[in-house]
Amino acid sequence: MGKLFGVVLTIIALVSAYPIVAHKYVQPIDISTHGHAIDEQLSDTMAEAGFAFLGSQLLLAFFVWKFSERKAGAKITNIPGGAKLMVVAAFILIGTEVLALGVLGQKAWANVYFTMPEPDATQIQAQAGQFAFYFRYSGPDGKFGAIHPDKIDEGNQNFFGLDPANDVESRDDIVSGELAIPVNREIQLLMHAKDVGHSFYVRELRIQQDFVPGLDLSIHFTATKTGKYEIVCTQLCGLGHYNMKAYLNVLSPEDFDKWIKQKASEQ
Amino acid sequence: MAEASVQQAHVHAPPEGFIRKNVFSLDHKVIGKQYYGLALLAVFTGMALSWLMRFHLVWPNAKIFGLELLSKNGAPGGVITPEYYLSLLTMHGTLMVFFVLTNAPFAGFGNYFLPIQIGAEDMAFPRFNMMSFWVTFVAFLVLFTAFFIPDGPPTSGWTAYAPLSAVGSDAGPGLGWGQNLWAISISLFCIGQLLGSLNFISTTLDLRAKGMTLMRMPICTWAWFITSCIGLLAFAVLLPACLLLILDRMAGTSFFIPAGLVLSDRLQNHAGGSPLLWQHLFWFFGHPEVYIAILPAMGIVSHVLITSMRKPLLSAKVIIYSMMSIGFLSWMVWGHHMFVSGMNPFSSLLFSFPTLTITIPATIMTLIWLGSLYGANIRITAASLFALGFISMFVSGGVSGFFLAQPSIDIYLHATYFVVGHFHMVMGVAAIFGILSGTYFWFPKMSGRMMNETLGKLHFWITFIGTYCIFMPFHYLGIVGNVRRYSSFVNDYMAPLIPLHKFITVAALITGAAQFIFLYNLIHSRFRGKPAPENPWDGTSLEWTIPSPPPWNNFGGKHPVVYHDSYQYGVKGSKGDYVMQDSPEQIVTG
Repeated sequence: MGKLFGVVLTIIALVSAYPIVAHKYVQPIDISTHGHAIDEQLSDTMAEAGFAFLGSQLLLAFFVWKFSERKAGAKITNIPGGAKLMVVAAFILIGTEVLALGVLGQKAWANVYFTMPEPDATQIQAQAGQFAFYFRYSGPDGKFGAIHPDKIDEGNQNFFGLDPANDVESRDDIVSGELAIPVNREIQLLMHAKDVGHSFYVRELRIQQDFVPGLDLSIHFTATKTGKYEIVCTQLCGLGHYNMKAYLNVLSPEDFDKWIKQKASEQ
Repeated sequence: MAEASVQQAHVHAPPEGFIRKNVFSLDHKVIGKQYYGLALLAVFTGMALSWLMRFHLVWPNAKIFGLELLSKNGAPGGVITPEYYLSLLTMHGTLMVFFVLTNAPFAGFGNYFLPIQIGAEDMAFPRFNMMSFWVTFVAFLVLFTAFFIPDGPPTSGWTAYAPLSAVGSDAGPGLGWGQNLWAISISLFCIGQLLGSLNFISTTLDLRAKGMTLMRMPICTWAWFITSCIGLLAFAVLLPACLLLILDRMAGTSFFIPAGLVLSDRLQNHAGGSPLLWQHLFWFFGHPEVYIAILPAMGIVSHVLITSMRKPLLSAKVIIYSMMSIGFLSWMVWGHHMFVSGMNPFSSLLFSFPTLTITIPATIMTLIWLGSLYGANIRITAASLFALGFISMFVSGGVSGFFLAQPSIDIYLHATYFVVGHFHMVMGVAAIFGILSGTYFWFPKMSGRMMNETLGKLHFWITFIGTYCIFMPFHYLGIVGNVRRYSSFVNDYMAPLIPLHKFITVAALITGAAQFIFLYNLIHSRFRGKPAPENPWDGTSLEWTIPSPPPWNNFGGKHPVVYHDSYQYGVKGSKGDYVMQDSPEQIVTG
């Protein structure tokens, strides 16, 4: 039965690797300026992890095939090199991998988190609440009106708790359920949670960032391809979590101007 | 002499009466079996919940017979609602992580075999031991009650992230009394584990037989010892975290709730708390918990493999030092669960490095197991098959850790099925393979009867192939960006993945069904199995020197003396290719 183990494990290892090698399941097209570094890191890691996976599984399959249920009295031997070889091999193989991935990975991470947005980046506020995203544009004055949690009233479409009667800055704010942005222009998303934790995940943008109640977070990115992409919530937020989504609409600069004028006229 | 006098102090009278023998027993063996039985109840419940979840994911409108009786609100007409899906998910995770993966390999087998393997008559503190089980049992009942309350079971996941878990029923169904019961249950569970860990540590350090030096202890004893050191620190942090959560929920404090939250159109009367504080406290426990689940399995698998290979590992010392390194590093990695949480991005790099580094001792262990197989004469039994399966699962689950340890890749893969596949393989299935291997191996000692090997092997093959069919595709789903914890896939891009989900569901139903073969084997063998000899596997450690099942005082009132380290295989002994640990005979290498 040791031989059967060897055969079954070999088949499992090869069948498991096939969809990856054949690119049956892949991440979607990258529409961000920072995403290629993440994708490269992912594919380098896939190569190294794939080597470790296949190497170990096939070795396990081979050893069990070869060294199980031998004749009684078969000579018991040890692998040349013994434990020392194993320890040295682990340090060299994995140590190199750890250093390589660790060092290279820092660059891809730094691209996202250790760079400041350009001063002229377009600021948009994102608010996550059970179970919808809302986005706010500052309007012609370039300033966001203050949020008053006690004034939040979804029935009257006051999703952000604005107070236009007393707060001049909030009067021209534009609120939308869709995140429309101009292509090739840097966006700074100011993130605000209304109730519990949520998350902002756009696969094509290679962005995932939690909304944390009580914490003002921001991320910045530049989308390079026009089109509509899904924004989904990835932080468990309650019964409607699965249905919490919105669209990212990447528009040409002209279309974006038209969109924002149209939205302003609807407010 | 000093050791002998310590032993004398722990000699106690034989138990009398049904209750003292079987219910409120002070005997570590009975307590070990009680933990194992509780884990068995929890694992079959947890598995049934996973069946319901998998079923709902691919046939969302299907009526499940009888489910309405369990929950009228959660499954009206037998159809699972989105909130009930979250309840199932929360209860599945909580039952599996706490009541299965902590109870069975550590508290169950550890209680039964640690004292025997070091030559002791019982644990250092038998009354604490009994208390630790019964507190854990009450914790289980409290959690289980949540199924039957009108509010329904909690819906915030096994990680109970605040403020969702902290603000009460305004946040949704299951977050009122359901969540209260969760927090009370886990607090009690922590107390049970703290008592148990203290007991394990004291017993290992104080009650070893004459000649049983630390380095002569079997590898699984080492694993339980290291695990109890981790548990003592980890549960000591989770306990206050849960108490603070209870205070936030019931006493109006705001440890985890900031100001200005609006839920159900109501401004919450809280201010000053931090949701990230919960995450730090929870994961400070949560990541070491992974090793609390996996280290005992590593120990059990090493023990079973050595006996099956008929030769010692290339180096038991290297395995022990690797387990210690893993235990030590497990304290420095919790932040890798929080890369996209809004934590300072510099911290992410700081947490990434030890996370990648921990793969070095893990790889050393894997290579030692692999390298030791070379030149062996492996006896294929249900126990050794599950031990070999463990290595395969541990590697498969381990390599996906390379991805998630890197913050940049985690941006894309965080909260996808990739993560679910990773942890199910590396700490779920691998640890369960360790438990199953231990069960087939030690059942004869624990019950005095043999299990059916043919059924055991059939159980292995279906489970081994089945778990790969379930959890390998989770990784593919994650690469496409399929988000976890969704009760339906309403998103455009997830719809094409439903056929793969269907495949997984079918595999889960078949693999789950195969577990009933195991249950049948376990129960049938307990009463009808062939009588087990004292040493059915030609083992060398002390548990194989006493009758099956052992008498109430383990060694019949004698104090064993140990002459060798635990694994004298591949030698010319008087009984065959091995020499027992308590045999004074000289070792002649063959």
